[in-house]
Amino acid sequence: MSEIITDPELHHEPEARSSRRMTLNMGPQHPSTHGVLRVVLEIDGEFIEKATPEIGYLHTGIEKQCEALNWQQIITLTDRVDYLANLSNNLCYSLAVEKLLGLEIPPKAQWLRVLLTELTRINSHLVWLGTHALDMGAMTMFFLTFREREDLLRIFEMFSGQRLMTSYIRPGGLALDPPRGWEKPVKAFLADFPNKIDEYETLLNNNPIWLRRTKGIGILPVEEMLEIGITGPLIRAAGIPMDARKMTPYSSYEKFDFNVPTATENDVFARYSVRMRELRESLKIIQQALDGLPEGPIRADAHRVVLPEREKMKTQMEALIYHFKIVTEGIAVPEGEVYQVVESPRGELGYYIVSDGSAKPLRVHMRTPSFANLQGLPNLVEKRQISDAIAIMGSLDFVLGDCDR
Amino acid sequence: MLPETLQENELAAALAAVYPAAIIDGVLAHGELTLHLEPGDILTVLEFFKRQQQFERLSTVTAVDRYPMEPRFELVYHLQSVARNLRIRLKASVSDEISSATAVYAAANWYEREVFDLFGVVFKGHPNPKRIMMPDDWEGHPLRRDFPTHGFKYTYGEQK
Repeated sequence: MSEIITDPELHHEPEARSSRRMTLNMGPQHPSTHGVLRVVLEIDGEFIEKATPEIGYLHTGIEKQCEALNWQQIITLTDRVDYLANLSNNLCYSLAVEKLLGLEIPPKAQWLRVLLTELTRINSHLVWLGTHALDMGAMTMFFLTFREREDLLRIFEMFSGQRLMTSYIRPGGLALDPPRGWEKPVKAFLADFPNKIDEYETLLNNNPIWLRRTKGIGILPVEEMLEIGITGPLIRAAGIPMDARKMTPYSSYEKFDFNVPTATENDVFARYSVRMRELRESLKIIQQALDGLPEGPIRADAHRVVLPEREKMKTQMEALIYHFKIVTEGIAVPEGEVYQVVESPRGELGYYIVSDGSAKPLRVHMRTPSFANLQGLPNLVEKRQISDAIAIMGSLDFVLGDCDR
Repeated sequence: MLPETLQENELAAALAAVYPAAIIDGVLAHGELTLHLEPGDILTVLEFFKRQQQFERLSTVTAVDRYPMEPRFELVYHLQSVARNLRIRLKASVSDEISSATAVYAAANWYEREVFDLFGVVFKGHPNPKRIMMPDDWEGHPLRRDFPTHGFKYTYGEQK
């Protein structure tokens, strides 16, 4: 029971192996690839000799499309980059544009941004946990996590009118005032969710199959992970407390009290436990954002670049003129370039934006965590069993929309 | 030449002390340091930042098409030092090709394939210089400014 044989050299003679090699296509329609990822595996029995990820099936040319749209219109495209962490993408893009514009965002908007991106982190981690456990045969987890995810999607719908493609965070602030009574479902979720995390952990932490399939699997030296560009919970599970929320705080994260969970085992189980602790840290941040939510406007006071309030637009001539100009001509963003980083649920999300001073960007490049993390897949799965590859792919938590853009 | 305004900057000055000829220009804007480099020296400079300035990781490699300017492509490298909590942006302008950074940072592999695929910049010495996003038989490089955003390449019934 206790020894798992992982070294193929122990079993086959080298000359005999060459004739036993087989090429196997995993994906693009394999359920455990979570989207349209194709991995070409060269296998020798149950062991993977070589793995080649083939991406691009979901390439929709978002970066190209950004060059054809106004600065404000792009926000809807950022939703579709990483459809499980759309608010993180909204936030990253908005922060980048605001940096170029030199806008000061009112504290209420900043606090709500923090609250919503942390809810997004929980949402994304729930989908990860459900599908990861489902891949390993723990089907119940999927139903449980999607039950809680439904509550979150209802909260997003309440804020923005949309469950998935929220487009709620905009350059200059937020799209709308939060609806009356919005605290109630958020508070209910906060009160309820810690028990739910306990429930997940009860099901998994002592589950012998889960432990056998995750402990000691998918280990890669930390230096190699840094070299490949792996970020997020994966690098934190390897012992490096790399988190943009702490290292380069944005949107007032420096005013919140939270820890960056790390582990040193660097295996699939460590990544699971880091993400589970991140769920609890996110709850802490949401609680603080609720308690200390400042009063005030939700949009920056910059009439040339931020749409006026609806009420003002209907009653004041000047506001109407600015509204008309912003909608028809777009906003002029000063010439320059920025690279804005936020900590998405999957790791370092960076927007590199170049402006030539016109109403459309010259270039929008998205440094997405899934792309970089997937690059490390061959290093992680080679010389391991096919069943381990499923566990490792689950622990990478990639979203193909995020990867291919 | 390092501009006067960056003489005080620790990173820029450290590079200028060792490879003064590599720097064409530099700017510090929005708290982000950008150094414009000679394309021939890019590997030396990346090596310098990795080995001597603790920039352990390469965040991303991308390009900006400045068409119709010549040289039209601006290669952009974002480096991060986790130990020192610093970031730097390095740029090099080329018209068609540059040395591959994969020898210095393994992370450059897919990013350079992406730039080759979408911009058509050739990376000399790249271990796997293939398209990554577009189909292998695709013609053209979509992120070039002179590649159309909308419309079809061929109409129905028309043979190539």
